[in-house]
Amino acid sequence: MSIFLNENSKVIVQGMTGSEGRKHTQRMLASGTAIVGGVNPKKAGESVDFDGASVPVFGSVSEAMKETGADVSVIFVPPAGAKGAVIEAVDAQIGLAVVITEGIPVHDSTYFWAHAQGGSTRIIGPNCPGLISPGRSNAGIIPANITKQGRIGLVSKSGTLTYQMMYELRDIGFSTAIGIGGDPVIGTTHIDALQAFQDDPETEAIVMIGEIGGDAEERAADFIKANVTKPVVGYVAGFTAPEGKTMGHAGAIVSGSAGTAQAKKEALEAAGVKVGKTPSETARLMREIVGA
Amino acid sequence: MDLFEYQARDLLASHGVPVLPGGVAETPDQAEAIAREIGQTVVVKAQVKTGGRGKAGGVKLADDPEDARARAQDILGLDIKGHITHRVMVAQASDIAEEYYFSYLLDRSNRTFLAMASVEGGMEIEQLAVERPEALARIPVDASVGVDAAKAAEIVDAAGFAPEVRDQVIAIAVQLWEVFSKEDATLVEVNPLAKAPDGTVLALDAKVTLDENASFRHAEHAALEDTAAADPLEARAKEKDLNYVKLEGEVGIIGNGAGLVMSTLDVVAYAGEEFGGVKPANFLDIGGGASAEVMANGLDIILSDPAVKSVFVNVFGGITACDAVANGIVSALGILGDEAAKPLVVRLDGNNVEEGRRILAEANHPLVTLVDTMDGAARRAAELAA
Repeated sequence: MSIFLNENSKVIVQGMTGSEGRKHTQRMLASGTAIVGGVNPKKAGESVDFDGASVPVFGSVSEAMKETGADVSVIFVPPAGAKGAVIEAVDAQIGLAVVITEGIPVHDSTYFWAHAQGGSTRIIGPNCPGLISPGRSNAGIIPANITKQGRIGLVSKSGTLTYQMMYELRDIGFSTAIGIGGDPVIGTTHIDALQAFQDDPETEAIVMIGEIGGDAEERAADFIKANVTKPVVGYVAGFTAPEGKTMGHAGAIVSGSAGTAQAKKEALEAAGVKVGKTPSETARLMREIVGA
Repeated sequence: MDLFEYQARDLLASHGVPVLPGGVAETPDQAEAIAREIGQTVVVKAQVKTGGRGKAGGVKLADDPEDARARAQDILGLDIKGHITHRVMVAQASDIAEEYYFSYLLDRSNRTFLAMASVEGGMEIEQLAVERPEALARIPVDASVGVDAAKAAEIVDAAGFAPEVRDQVIAIAVQLWEVFSKEDATLVEVNPLAKAPDGTVLALDAKVTLDENASFRHAEHAALEDTAAADPLEARAKEKDLNYVKLEGEVGIIGNGAGLVMSTLDVVAYAGEEFGGVKPANFLDIGGGASAEVMANGLDIILSDPAVKSVFVNVFGGITACDAVANGIVSALGILGDEAAKPLVVRLDGNNVEEGRRILAEANHPLVTLVDTMDGAARRAAELAA
């Protein structure tokens, strides 16, 4: 098992014909993902060749789903068109929409999140690296060859810290690693992933990576205390970030006394989560827990 | 991006929100001219992006143009909590019968927008929220629906506005929503929203924060940026499209990915505790690509910071493998030549790490030290900066 994405996932790419979309579709195919189509109304009926694999382009998400049975869409559409792309995926009732695009205005992401409520689409992102269930499927931009399939679940706001942790624990491996994104408003939260990992029989322990801004980590800590019986280790980035400055991710900002790394660390520790001081120490804590 | 009060006021006025006549002045002469045009008692207010202006002597009444000139003279140059006053706003003074509060903001926790309103304005809203939470109405606004007159009435009635101002405040609530949504703001706060003795409701002071991610559809917002106040290194980095934040410290930092770079700052600060409190000098995320050109631009900015004594390049080779990053570092040092005169500690890990380390070892640059782990490299960089 894995969460949200498995070997049966059929993946389409919105924005496949753009440069980022093309590059990462190639990489997803190379890591064994079942890419069944792309979406671009201007290029409907054409197909794109990826080293001999011909991927058809459809005019809409619903047409692509009807023709291929796709249940996952990875979205690379640039910020100006991203809101429309996500709404299209939601209206087509695709099961999972992974929004890689960075720089989407928060009015747009708040709009499409509200629009998706009550529907059947799980949104991951925006401004995220996507998710990978190693050895099964890879939806997004996470490098597939730095780890292997295994028994750890990983949820993180940050892309490169996800990669770092996947790499440090590559000998143990991961059921699923999911980057939920660093924007102020995101679809899938730490809590959603924690719940899914708790329910996934293959996942034995969970790494949760947070960073400054908002109160998602504090809420996740409350959730862990009440609902998660599997061991969780945590890491929080941004202890040295000054107040009022955005640190790379649009959501990574300490506002007044709210959103500090210290408060997040304390909340997680109060919930019984072991929190590492550095990414490497966090990996060591996980090794102690799983005995590897 | 936070706006100055005068910019916020102009933005509100452009969407029809009632404000008092006034203008912005950078010199006492200009302040006098604006006061003369207004022709009655004015208030001269320091334009700084921080609270507590009144207490710091940054807000003064002036009875006539000469007085406005003198008050502007006093206030211009004033240091308010570390913010130097470069401009004053000169606005018609208003007698106030009642003060209210009204805002729209992004509610991150609930992934929605929030309207907050109170008939007890004038005080700090954080204080009101703690001391008298029942006096502050908090109404969620569905981003896919927005605020029309009916929704505005719901907010206004929840806050308990009196019948004689209700219709005016409803109209203002709709106009403020227009500012919030059409300008891509994450905060529009009017405090105070005031009732004048004649019963007219006006926005007397406003704070607006705009979403920089939306700048692609608001070319006009670029003019609102306070380029003079920006740190010169931050300004240079922005020109080169680099994600850089200047900090107070001695170890220059370059990394790829916002989370990894934030983490790098923390790890350097921990390591620095051993070496007399050495700290990271900056945040710089060169992104997943880490090309030679971007690496050279980043190194150039960091090496020109006089506070920097050593540099820590911390890259995880994911999408761009370590050999490409190593080549990038070698070429960047070639591009910079003699300008690169501070020690560099490089930590590479991830895809093709062996090849990456081999390339750096072979280049054998006298300034470069290669350390295998992030924690070890942070310690070495801190030591070199101590």
